Amino acid sequence: MALTYLEAIREAQHRALSTDPSVFIYGQDVAVFGGAFKATKNLSREYPGRVLDAPISEDAILGVAIGAALEGMRPIVEMQFADFSSLAFNQIVNQAATHFWRTGVPCPLVVRLPSGGTPGSGPFHSQMMESIYAHYPGLVVLTPATVGDAYSMLLEAIALDDPVIFCEHKFLYYHLKEEALPQESLPVGKARIARMGRHASVVTYSAMVHEALRAAADLALEGYEIEIIDLRSVKPIDSDTVLASVARTGRLLCVGESFPWGGVCAEVVARVVADGFNLLDAPPQRLNARDTPIPYHPNLWAAHRPTASAIAESLRRLLRF
Amino acid sequence: MPEVSVAAVAEAERLRGAYRWMLLARRLEEKISSLYHSGKIVGGVYLGRGQEAFSAALGVSLWRGRDIFAPLIRDMAGRLAFGEPLLDPARTYLGSVLGPMRGRDGNIHRGRPAEGMPAMISHLGSMVSVVCGMLMARRFKGDLEAVGAACVGDGATSTGAFHEAVNLAAVERLPLVIAVANNQFAYSTPTERQFACRDLTDRAAGYGIEGHAVDGTDLAECLMVFEHAVARARAGHGPQLVVGTLLRLTGHGAHDDAAYVPEALKRTPLGRDCLERAGQHLITRGLATPEELDRWDREVTEEVRQAVATAQQDPVPEAAGETWRALCSDLQP
Repeated sequence: MALTYLEAIREAQHRALSTDPSVFIYGQDVAVFGGAFKATKNLSREYPGRVLDAPISEDAILGVAIGAALEGMRPIVEMQFADFSSLAFNQIVNQAATHFWRTGVPCPLVVRLPSGGTPGSGPFHSQMMESIYAHYPGLVVLTPATVGDAYSMLLEAIALDDPVIFCEHKFLYYHLKEEALPQESLPVGKARIARMGRHASVVTYSAMVHEALRAAADLALEGYEIEIIDLRSVKPIDSDTVLASVARTGRLLCVGESFPWGGVCAEVVARVVADGFNLLDAPPQRLNARDTPIPYHPNLWAAHRPTASAIAESLRRLLRF
Repeated sequence: MPEVSVAAVAEAERLRGAYRWMLLARRLEEKISSLYHSGKIVGGVYLGRGQEAFSAALGVSLWRGRDIFAPLIRDMAGRLAFGEPLLDPARTYLGSVLGPMRGRDGNIHRGRPAEGMPAMISHLGSMVSVVCGMLMARRFKGDLEAVGAACVGDGATSTGAFHEAVNLAAVERLPLVIAVANNQFAYSTPTERQFACRDLTDRAAGYGIEGHAVDGTDLAECLMVFEHAVARARAGHGPQLVVGTLLRLTGHGAHDDAAYVPEALKRTPLGRDCLERAGQHLITRGLATPEELDRWDREVTEEVRQAVATAQQDPVPEAAGETWRALCSDLQP
C-alpha cells in the first residue's frame, strides 16, 4: 500500500501519540476536522483529549506549547500555513529558542509548518520560513524532501529536547508516494546524496530536491552527471557532506525556494567559500525564488520559484564557466 | 482571656507575613537601586515601589510547589512571597554564575521554570499564554488542583498576546489568575493613551470570565481579593481577572526620574505608599507593634545585606568557560 508524504506525517504523529503519553497536538481545526490538510485525520478520535482545536491565536498557541513543554509535555503545534507562523514569531524566537540557554530547562516542542508554494496559493499561503528560523540560535529546522524523511524526521523531531521547526512542503503532500515507511533512516543533521554525479553539485532541500533531480535527468541527456545533495536539515547543516561533494565536482549550485536575500543558500555558499575555496573550479552559484512577494497566477508563480528548467539553465551556465 | 477566632488569627498571620515580604522587597530594591547608581549593576533595574501590596498579596495566596507564578518586572514582593530565594535576585542582578540565570540573562528576567516560576521575557503579554500551557500540562497529567497566576501591567493589556492568551484561557476554562497592576503609566505613557474603556475590569465580561477590582495600595483588601480569586480559580470557575489600581512610585527603571508623573496625581489616594499603609493598618488593628515593625525592618535589612554580600563574592561568568551552545541536544549547529 503506497503512502503519501502527508500520510507519513499523519502516521508519525499517530505513532508518537501511541508511544509517548506526553505528546499532544494543538492547532487550528486539528481535532474532529483533522486539519486543513488532514494531517491529523482521525487522531482526535483515536486519542481523545490529546488533539485539541485552538482559537485563531498563533501567538498564544505557541505560548501554550512552550508552557506545556516546560512542564514535561511534548507538544506538536500545527500552524495552518507556515506563513501564519509570523504571528507566533515572538514566542518561537524569543521564548522557545532562548529558553534552554537562559534557564537550563529544555523546551521540547515541534512546530509543523505546511510550507512552500502550490499553484494559486499567492503571497500568504506559499511562504518558506526555514531561513528566518534558522537564523535564530536555539532552534532545529528540518526540511524533509521524501516520504521516508517526513516520517522519520518528524518522529525524531518529537523526541528531541530542543524546539524544532518542521517545514513540510505542501507541494509534496499528495504527489509524493512510497511503498512503505522506512525501518531505519539517517539521523537529523546528516545530508543525503540524492543522486551521485561528478560534474557539478546541487545542494538543495525540500521540494526543490525533486526539481533538481529532474534538472539532473535533463542534463544527463547532455552528458553531464550532476550530484544532488538533499540537506534534509538546514539547521544543523551538514557542511561535511556538502564540502565532500564539492571536492568531487568542483562546482556548486545551491537551490532554495525561499527569497534570495540571505538565507540557507547564502549560508551554504559562504561555508563552501570559507572552508573549501581551493575545491572550487567556478564561482559558487545560488538560485532562489525572486525578490518579490509570491504571485497568485500559475504563470507568474512558475516563473517566481526555481523550476527544473531554471535549475538546468543555471547548471549549464555553471558548467560552461 | 478574650476569645479569638481561628480565622482572625489566620488573617492576622497572613497580613503580618505579607507585610514582611513587602518590606523585604522594598529594602532589597533600595539596595539594588543604590548598587545600580554606584555602577555595580549593569543593564536595567526595574523597581516595584508602590506595587508591593498587590504583588505580595498574590504571592502569599499561591502555594509554592503546587501553583504557578509568572511575575513581571515589578513583582519582587510577589516573587519572594511565592518562594523565590532572596539570593536569586541578588545573584541575577550581579551576574553571578551561581544564580539561576548564570549571567546569561539578568535583572528581572529570571525564574525557576521547573519549580513553577517561569522566567519572563521582555515582550509584554507573552507570559500569559505560557502559564496557560503550564496549566494545560497539569490538566493533561491529571492535576486539577494547581492555579496559575500571570502578572502584567496596564500597558501589557494593550498587546495582542494578552488578548489571545486571556481568550484562550477562557475557552479552556483554565484556573488562571491574571493580575493587572494598573499603575497609571506604561513607561511614560498614561492610561488615557493606553486604553479607552472606563475600567480594565470591564474587559472580563467580554472574555466571559470573572473580574475583580481592588485598591492596589490596600494590603488587606488585596489579600482578600486575591484569596477569593485564587479560590474561585481552584474551584473550577475559570480565569479570574484582578485589576489593582495604584501608582508606580518610581520611574520605569532606575534610570528614569519619572518627571512626567504629575505632582497632583501623587497627592491623590492613588499615590499612597502601600507599605506605610500596611504598617499603619497592622498597628491600628493591634496586629503588630511599632517596635515589631522596626525589628522586622532591621531583620530584613540584614538579610538583604547578607544576600548582596554573598552575591558580590560569587564568581562571575568567564567567556572562555561558556559553552556557547544554545541547543540542549548534542546536535552540532
